Amino acid sequence: MSLATTESVAEIKARNKQLIDEVLKVYPEKTAKRRAKHLNVHEAGKSDCGVKSNLKSIPGVMTIRGCAYAGSKGVVWGPIKDMIHISHGPVGCGQYSWAARRNYYIGTTGIDTFVTMQFTSDFQEKDIVFGGDKKLAKIIDEIQELFPLNHGITIQSECPIGLIGDDIEAVSKVKSKEYDGKTIVPVRCEGFRGVSQSLGHHIANDAVRDWIFDKVNPEAKPAFEPTPYDVAIIGDYNIGGDAWSSRILLEEMGLRVIAQWSGDGSLAELEATPKAKLNVLHCYRSMNYISRHMEEKFGIPWCEYNFFGPSKIAESLRKIASFFDDKIKEGAERVIAKYQPLMDAVIAKYRPRLEGKTVMLFVGGLRPRHVIGAYEDLGMEVVGTGYEFGHNDDYQRTAQHYVKDGTLIYDDVTGYEFERFVEKIQPDLVGSGIKEKYVFQKMGVPFRQMHSWDYSGPYHGYDGFAIFARDMDMAINSPIWKKTKAPWKDAPRPSLMAAE
Amino acid sequence: MTQNAEHVLDHFELFRGPEYQQMLANKKALFENPHDPAEVERIREWAKTPEYREKNFAREALTVNPAKACQPLGAVFVAVGFEGTLPFVHGSQGCVAYYRSHLSRHFKEPSSCVSSSMTEDAAVFGGLNNMIDGLANTYSMYKPKMIAVSTTCMAEVIGDDLNAFIKTAKEKGSVPAEYDVPFAHTPAFVGSHVTGYDNALKGILEHFWDGKAGTAPKLERKENSKVNFIGGFDGYTVGNIREIKRIFELMGIEYTILADNSDVFDTPTDGEFRMYDGGTTLEDAANAIHAKATISMQQYCTEKTLPFIQGHGQEVASFNHPVGVSATDEFLMALSRITGRPIAKALEQERGRLVDAMADSSAHIHGKKFAIYGDPDLCYGLAAFLLELGAEPTHVLSTNGNKAWAEKMEGLFASSPFGKNCHAYPGKDLWHMRSLLFTEPVDFLIGNTYGKYLERDTGTPLIRIGFPVFDRHHHHRYPVWGYQGGMNVLVKILDKIFDEIDKNTNVPAKTDYSFDIIR
Repeated sequence: MSLATTESVAEIKARNKQLIDEVLKVYPEKTAKRRAKHLNVHEAGKSDCGVKSNLKSIPGVMTIRGCAYAGSKGVVWGPIKDMIHISHGPVGCGQYSWAARRNYYIGTTGIDTFVTMQFTSDFQEKDIVFGGDKKLAKIIDEIQELFPLNHGITIQSECPIGLIGDDIEAVSKVKSKEYDGKTIVPVRCEGFRGVSQSLGHHIANDAVRDWIFDKVNPEAKPAFEPTPYDVAIIGDYNIGGDAWSSRILLEEMGLRVIAQWSGDGSLAELEATPKAKLNVLHCYRSMNYISRHMEEKFGIPWCEYNFFGPSKIAESLRKIASFFDDKIKEGAERVIAKYQPLMDAVIAKYRPRLEGKTVMLFVGGLRPRHVIGAYEDLGMEVVGTGYEFGHNDDYQRTAQHYVKDGTLIYDDVTGYEFERFVEKIQPDLVGSGIKEKYVFQKMGVPFRQMHSWDYSGPYHGYDGFAIFARDMDMAINSPIWKKTKAPWKDAPRPSLMAAE
Repeated sequence: MTQNAEHVLDHFELFRGPEYQQMLANKKALFENPHDPAEVERIREWAKTPEYREKNFAREALTVNPAKACQPLGAVFVAVGFEGTLPFVHGSQGCVAYYRSHLSRHFKEPSSCVSSSMTEDAAVFGGLNNMIDGLANTYSMYKPKMIAVSTTCMAEVIGDDLNAFIKTAKEKGSVPAEYDVPFAHTPAFVGSHVTGYDNALKGILEHFWDGKAGTAPKLERKENSKVNFIGGFDGYTVGNIREIKRIFELMGIEYTILADNSDVFDTPTDGEFRMYDGGTTLEDAANAIHAKATISMQQYCTEKTLPFIQGHGQEVASFNHPVGVSATDEFLMALSRITGRPIAKALEQERGRLVDAMADSSAHIHGKKFAIYGDPDLCYGLAAFLLELGAEPTHVLSTNGNKAWAEKMEGLFASSPFGKNCHAYPGKDLWHMRSLLFTEPVDFLIGNTYGKYLERDTGTPLIRIGFPVFDRHHHHRYPVWGYQGGMNVLVKILDKIFDEIDKNTNVPAKTDYSFDIIR
């Protein structure tokens, strides 16, 4: 049993408040004032979590955040498999993000598919001094020559592009014309824009709107016959195959998925999406913009869903079905019933090993709330959570649908805060990213990467939940956590006992 | 339904089930606008041809799958090698998230580093305030003994002046006036991570030796008998530096390892997170000026640092990531000459054991062709080792190698009959390597994790030596330097060779006559 579950909510709240006060003491006054607005103890019934968000990170504090380029190339555009995404600028950005995000796809890499490749303009000093537009034009020519089956090109701007005044839009237009209207998308996702990955998502969404949707001829003959059951999956990046274990459920209930955004996605799917009858949106944070645009421009409704854990999956399947006729509604019930025995078996196996265990999360755009239900299905409790780049609407959704009274909330947490919080709260599991993983494991705290699924997954859908449950059990109940203290040393700390 | 609670299927198996295969086939056929499979096949074959290679090598602007990173990564790698030091990268924050992730994925260790989080306003007005606030916050929160500053390309493009900024930050009280804040400009659009290593190390030594940016008297060199050692940017830093220390101790040499990050990238799991661990003490960094000599294991990581040290009156010597018998001999003889200490008997025995092992196994390596890619020094060291094994390092490619490196490589090839048909490829990338492997096939490929794509596409078995290695664990703990290190490399190569022989001789009643139990 961990400490949290033995305390009353009032005690937890008092302790969490005290913890916040304690961590703030380390900062210079000005910084403490700013950070205080990002930390809170959730009060049940409030419409949001009571924290400020989507503000600049403070210099020098060790934020976990990335940049707009990461949000555009790394998240939104990178997985579009039949397009070539040029990391435009110096070599590093593309190198560090090369194949790091596990966006699974099917295709012949290097021939008709390019996701796990690193195309870069590898800027040198002369490109900074004289500008990179000519080089970019030549790069596009060379891509056309060497990778003739690519369906399009995007230009993912790194910091220098916006600073040296390159006109990548002009290059894109000229080259698009030269190559018979080829889709070439300039993206202004320079890393210094905005405060995190989040603006990069928005910029990437806008680029789809301006450089793909606006170029599709609405009169053109559709590539496929529309049906009343056509939907598009928006905001699933197919990490470890997540979009596939989601798609299968939608299809089993009688819907037809005409596009995946953007995991295992293709240009044709992006272009076809305005024909969908409903957009189903998993990662609200990174793709609400284009969903709203399609609603306004094409009248396509959109609906958020959550495919983590059987409770939320069933709720989401019914919600999605409510947009359609009885056939689909029955289909949803049929799917839920079909997988019930599997879910019962998974829960029967893992819940006894995980019941009462506590979790602290710190992830990106949807998982700080979306995975809570899956943990609860396993009898676990999330006692602290926060967003790397969430906005207030994320915290509203979190407060209204997910977190419990007294949960510790930390927005854009700093390395220092996160370590202190975990040290004091001693959860049984921390779920965050690669930069955090080894810090907490050194402390003897079981950990799962909740961006990359720690190289496992999928975690979405019913098939994914079995893997999720197995992985959480494997992390928490690994025998290794009993060995972190040498037997001739003092008894292990409570967090270690909790892990047994 | 294929998923099962008793035997949970991972992504490896799950998607191979018929439901998923059917679903994915439908997705492709109906919605992806796929190319005709015959056309895909035609292009796939065309990309293997000499004609394609020619076009590929004619590239002037596009880089595809490079084997290099950018300067600040090297700067961060250096900074964490000093006692209690936190790297501080001035510029955009996303870069720092990337360096930390990159290092953590290789070492499976925490990687601490802060950013000054410059955004659009800083792009317009400069990042001075970010430096002032950033240093103050870092100093208060993480209580480092030293903050080592480097830059992202954003700060370089707008021309931020680190020297002036740090001075102003000190005047504003961000950190005490006498507090150590060495710095280096590390533009990502010049050189690579090895250049960043060089610049950052030089920046730190300059700070301590040359009067701490005008705030202290310059140190006066009083020669002692110590030797400074610089490892360079090295994915095997944990194993290598420990091996080097052992060698120094066996020979009774007094030494200072500069930028010793062998502990911080190998901390124990015992309930405590050590943000800082080990490292060159600041006192030793300063006193390193008095050393008799400085040895660099990687010439191309210290092209500015070594002349700087030499300029302070020390003898300097550099090597090219020495691997194997002769390279280690030369390293030890240089060490012995410089220090006047004889080469330890124990090392002589280790040498004999490595020669013994090579003699035992050489029949399996002799005449085999290899392709190698990686940082310039590593390529040289590995190629030299292969030559002394009687193997042919046919293609040696270094994205961050320059013309001078290529000439040096050609010199190495010319020194051995086994180097006759070998070539160096400076400034090329792994897409070039792909063409080389298709048009002039070799038996084995040596490179980092990204070589697995080449292995998949060309069928050339990959031996993982280099940086980063993300998909195999703990290799960085084993040295590749010293005779023991040579032994590790030998075994790694042999294991792959034997695995391949077995893999190619295991079809019952067809090829299994060669499936020998003794090799």
